[in-house]
Amino acid sequence: MPFIDFFNFQPKNELEKGGRQSAPIAQDDNEPAKTCPNCHRQIPLSQLWGNDHCCTNCDYHFRMNSRQRVSFLTDSGSFSEMYAGLCADDFLSFPGYPKKLETTRNASRETEAVICGTARIDGRECCLFVMEPYFMMGSMGVAVGEKITRIFEYAVENRLPVVGCTVSGGARMQEGMLSLMQMAKVSGAVKRHSDAGLLYITLITDPTTGGVTASFAMAGDIILAEPGATIGFAGARVIEQTTRKKLPQGFQTSEFLLSHGFVDAIVPRAQQRKTIGSLLKLHSGGAENG
Amino acid sequence: MAENTAYDRVKAARANNRPTGKDYINALVDNFIELHGDRRFADDPAIVGGVGWLGGIAVTVIAIEKGRGARDRITRNFGAPNPEGYRKALRLMKQAEKFRRPVVCFVDTSGAYCGIEAEERGQGQAIAENLMEMMTLKTPIISVLVGEGGSGGALALAVADEVWMLENSIYSVISPEGCASILWKDSAKAADAAQSLKLTAQDALEMGIIERVLPEKELGREGFYSVLRAELCAKLEELEILPAPELTEIRYRRFRALGAQQLAGE
Ligand SMILES: [Zn+2]
Repeated sequence: MPFIDFFNFQPKNELEKGGRQSAPIAQDDNEPAKTCPNCHRQIPLSQLWGNDHCCTNCDYHFRMNSRQRVSFLTDSGSFSEMYAGLCADDFLSFPGYPKKLETTRNASRETEAVICGTARIDGRECCLFVMEPYFMMGSMGVAVGEKITRIFEYAVENRLPVVGCTVSGGARMQEGMLSLMQMAKVSGAVKRHSDAGLLYITLITDPTTGGVTASFAMAGDIILAEPGATIGFAGARVIEQTTRKKLPQGFQTSEFLLSHGFVDAIVPRAQQRKTIGSLLKLHSGGAENG
Repeated sequence: MAENTAYDRVKAARANNRPTGKDYINALVDNFIELHGDRRFADDPAIVGGVGWLGGIAVTVIAIEKGRGARDRITRNFGAPNPEGYRKALRLMKQAEKFRRPVVCFVDTSGAYCGIEAEERGQGQAIAENLMEMMTLKTPIISVLVGEGGSGGALALAVADEVWMLENSIYSVISPEGCASILWKDSAKAADAAQSLKLTAQDALEMGIIERVLPEKELGREGFYSVLRAELCAKLEELEILPAPELTEIRYRRFRALGAQQLAGE
């Protein structure tokens, strides 16, 4: 059974910066491969894809874009996207933002940093939002806040549970104070959904930090995390600069949060669909009683 | 006199001689009794909370306190709260809800503390819980930003029915220095970043993030406090009439609307 050496685990993602752009088409006999950031083996892409984007040697969980995550998590063909056209605008005339949006849209082929909709997971109907690491690292601006708020409101109207997969560097600085306000706005929608007696499951993936950690990532009834993900409020470098202390080993990993009582369970990718499906089934009575 | 730049206001918001959270409590609240601790881990000196009289109204008051003088500042962690500070604030807000007291918050922080122990004790979770619970708290809340409104650490005490800002206070998603070092790899360009971030009270008013900008002409003097006290009391009396479901519905819609005008596409 492969396992991750969590004590020496150093999440490194520079290899994947190209996002889906880097999803290559084999052009010669040498099958393209990715180097595992954890065990440094070369893993042929076909093997990686056949293994839910996990290293076949050490089970390191490679970063996944939002569409890949939807397709591996939900029942085939069940995802119906909503609010796909909502996106951000450079309303503050912020330096470099239009260029940044253009670059990130080309790299991710997404219009915004989250996709939302309805889907079935293991036969169970739910609302789903999945943040996009290749779009400004899941940065939360007004469009992200609006889309997630709407999906919670839709879930209340239709008495559906919400499954949310988070990945984010936090609030989007280029949208100023209004991006900060999205934390409150989404939290309000999550609270209403909760008060309606409905289930919210978060699946926290690498990395989830800043304003997303300090709002809807940590607001789930049940909080699941992928193995080895970086999860925190402040960035590690900021903490080092502020405290001038050396950070403990494994600081701000999923395993660190589990041991400190802030996540319910760490669920490897191979078990996520089954686990989330079972939880949805277990709570399905609540929808009728609520 | 030239108009103040955004960075002038940042400097004014951080000025050491500016009134701090406790100054507001002392000047505005009669018979203040401080209530300590989150009942879970500790008492956070960066947040001062308690009960007292604002004019003729019994209130719960919560203030972030930066400290006065070197020793006090260290004790107060320069007004950077730990998770237990936010949990104490929430405990006192729930208590206010139980006894139907309105809540008044004075916010002044560069941000929630970025420390190892803060992470171990769930800084993100503590803030997240405040955002959720404040949204449906069944009693009026007014938050006044009196100095720095540093990101999520400030927002965690500012999910309110009305949010007011002093003329030279700021409200920002990131510090201008942090923003400049990300944008231009140069924290010295903080003044440019401050301009770009639109972090002034006037900017917040125009974006619908706050209801009022309070003039600072007599900042720290009796005239200033008596006007502020009168305005707080008047607004609380208005809010207290509303039945709880209406109050929280309006509060939800207040935040729900933020960003809607700035969206593109559909
Ligand atoms: Zn590996």
